[in-house]
Amino acid sequence: MLRYVFSRLATFLPTFIGVTLISFAFIRVLPGDPIVVMAGERGLTQERYDELVRQFGFDRPILAQYWDYLTGVLQGDLGTSFVTKRPVWDEFFALFPATLELSLCAMVFAVVLGLPAGVIAAVNRGKFFDRALMSTALVGYSMPIFWWALLLIIVFSGNLGWTPVSGRIDLIYYFPDPTGFMLWDSLVSGQSGAFASAASHLILPTIVLGTIPLAVIARQTRSAMLEVLGEDYIRTARAKGLPPARINGLHALRNALIPVITVIGLSVGTLLAGAILTETIFSWPGIGKWMVDSIFRRDYPVVQGGLLLIAVMVMIVNLTVDVLYGLINPKIRKR
Amino acid sequence: MSLKKLLAAGVAAAALTAGAAQAQSLVYCSEGSPEGFDPALYTSGTTFDASSHPVYNQLVQFVTGTTNTEPGLAESYEVSDDGLEYTFKLRPGVKFHSNDQFTPTRDFNADDVIFTFERQWKDDNPYHTVSGGSWEYFESMSMPDLLDSIEKVDDMTVKFKLTRPEAAFIANLAMDFASIMSKEYADAMLDAGTPEMLNQQPIGTGPFTFQAYQKDAVIRYLRNADYWGDPAKVESLIFAITPDASVRYQKLQAGECHVMPYPNPADVQAMKDNPDINVMQQEGLNVGYLAYNTQMAPFDNPKVRKALNMAIDKQAIIDVVFQGSGQAAKNPIPPTMWSYNDAIEDDPYDPEAAKAMLEEEGVTDLSLKIWAMPVQRPYNPNARRMAELMQEDFAQIGVDAEIVSYEWGEYLERSKAEDRDGAVLLGWTGDNGDPDNFLGVLLGCDGVGSANRAQWCNEEFDDILVRARQLTDQDERAKLYEEAQVIFKEQAPWATIAHSVVFMPMRNEVQGYVVHPLGGHIFDDVSIEE
Repeated sequence: MLRYVFSRLATFLPTFIGVTLISFAFIRVLPGDPIVVMAGERGLTQERYDELVRQFGFDRPILAQYWDYLTGVLQGDLGTSFVTKRPVWDEFFALFPATLELSLCAMVFAVVLGLPAGVIAAVNRGKFFDRALMSTALVGYSMPIFWWALLLIIVFSGNLGWTPVSGRIDLIYYFPDPTGFMLWDSLVSGQSGAFASAASHLILPTIVLGTIPLAVIARQTRSAMLEVLGEDYIRTARAKGLPPARINGLHALRNALIPVITVIGLSVGTLLAGAILTETIFSWPGIGKWMVDSIFRRDYPVVQGGLLLIAVMVMIVNLTVDVLYGLINPKIRKR
Repeated sequence: MSLKKLLAAGVAAAALTAGAAQAQSLVYCSEGSPEGFDPALYTSGTTFDASSHPVYNQLVQFVTGTTNTEPGLAESYEVSDDGLEYTFKLRPGVKFHSNDQFTPTRDFNADDVIFTFERQWKDDNPYHTVSGGSWEYFESMSMPDLLDSIEKVDDMTVKFKLTRPEAAFIANLAMDFASIMSKEYADAMLDAGTPEMLNQQPIGTGPFTFQAYQKDAVIRYLRNADYWGDPAKVESLIFAITPDASVRYQKLQAGECHVMPYPNPADVQAMKDNPDINVMQQEGLNVGYLAYNTQMAPFDNPKVRKALNMAIDKQAIIDVVFQGSGQAAKNPIPPTMWSYNDAIEDDPYDPEAAKAMLEEEGVTDLSLKIWAMPVQRPYNPNARRMAELMQEDFAQIGVDAEIVSYEWGEYLERSKAEDRDGAVLLGWTGDNGDPDNFLGVLLGCDGVGSANRAQWCNEEFDDILVRARQLTDQDERAKLYEEAQVIFKEQAPWATIAHSVVFMPMRNEVQGYVVHPLGGHIFDDVSIEE
């Protein structure tokens, strides 16, 4: 098992170097000079422009700039934002807990609802529930996030007044030294009502962000289950007279999980992409919105550093998924 | 089902937190995050709203709601007869704020004033390069050329010497970049090795003290109990950062905030109809224009430019592009600015006459490019749509227009070129309420090849500007600027299109809010009456 983990880890380094190269190149390929964008309509004098070029190191050859960036990254220095003048690390760690909290909730929401829904649909293949569920999933999958979020806000926050409109917690609560995980912060603060407020603020964003993964997981579980349910060993189990719950739950689901876990792993990328819109609408202070703002401002250090950190996270998730495969299916580890 | 449970939890939570916005806290749903809290480093209004307005003061300051100035941290000032020396008497007994790392040991004095400007001006000041050290406004208001010296006469007197008379100098000192910083705090942070704290944990003399900022989420301020002026009416001020305009509106309706800026124009009517919401409005201190390249034939002929101006149906643009949140512009400066010449008559919308004028000038088969900005601005919410409407208007008089656009940085750069092909849609928002800040920057001969997108250099016009700059009497200056606007109208280097109308929706319980023509959102005198 350890050897298997190490063999997966070995692919990590070249991917990492590749990602630094892509993240460095990506923002520079976009048209638009960050200094000119920063100055806006007001413009800059030539002397001032030259001074800033020197300050940001743009006068150095592009390869030298990349080398600076790469050596910085390897020493844990991602540079300083052009706009806020704060280290990229600091900004990332201030914002990441919000994205992580929301993504985890969305993932739990998607898995907890998606897995059973997929299993039930597969078992009742072709019946009303199956059809209703699969067409709902298709709608969910194709839902434009922006529209869906505004619809939920207008109905549940505006008309019904059940949920707060946006933000992470009611503004009457204030925690001087937050970890950034609002559920945790509000719980340990001991302020009455804080946890309920944080939880209620999570409801709509979780639903919005979890909708697409939920649809994908439900559909994937259904088709994987259907495939497994047609296998010989399931027929054998049925012939032995095992109760259907045991057949479906233990024998079928476990074998159906491999493709489902793949999809869950891949959904992490989708979640981060979805987080960009979800965070903007719900004023959720996470890294999705941070990245978008930085791209518009051509804030090179933030864009390249943020992309790198996001890529590393996706890589870690993929590694975890690979390891999980090995745990679920011993055949994979031995290959 | 779990969905139901989730919703039930939501209902319970909403019940618990009902009445969130307490009487003593004013919640402002701001449109974005500040870039930092040192106003001299930045140029965006969002940053000024969060820094210079609540936390800082300037030597002189704008009277909220006007472009006139009043004494701030300087009690009074005198100008020498040659207009080259400004002597400021500082206000005694003004206290700086304190925070976890710093408690002031002395009151505000001349050292703070000198530090404020020298850090932006002098290369050898230790703060000159801190936090990137880009002093954009100080530079763009030409302060390095204008300042000769800043001297401490005594602890409470400071003398500024200028290299030339500059009528707008006092207005410049009321701008955000001139917010007075504490030298004592700066020294303490330098000793502690954390000079960037000036930009992260601001210490000022303003009506609110900075409490905390959670990036992209919330900024909190408390009332400054030791404020030298009238203390703020609310105990705490909270900025709930809400980038999406529809969501801001929902929050305002739900009572999650009291005031919001920048509504969607399409929502304004519904807001006015809502009995809980009061919508204040005023013309913005800005202008949106189409600048011809007056150096390229046939656009070097004022009659051709005039003819094109007469072909543009401005009212249609106001209706379609601004959806009511704009007002047709006839002058290059906005109506809220002093010296606005209201006697000038706008060119009539008359495609027939325009066509005849072109024929008279012997211009046939005319074609031109219209540059459409890729970004939204208050003075132009949708440049692409505006360009399309103009394209149709020009087609009416037989002029073939092609619409081009570039990425924003490219757009700004390329549109400066003197040999640029085409007319450019752009605009300007005032900095200090001075007419020279529009006319001089955008239409002066110095600006050709940069901010003067029309590449227009008219000697008579430029001469008036130079004369006006050397006068300190506002009435005399106003007369000159009124003349300059007449020349502008005859020469038509631009088609002046619109001034935005700024809407500020707020809940009925908010009292005392004044819309500020310079664009800032200021809450010193705002109270909440239940």
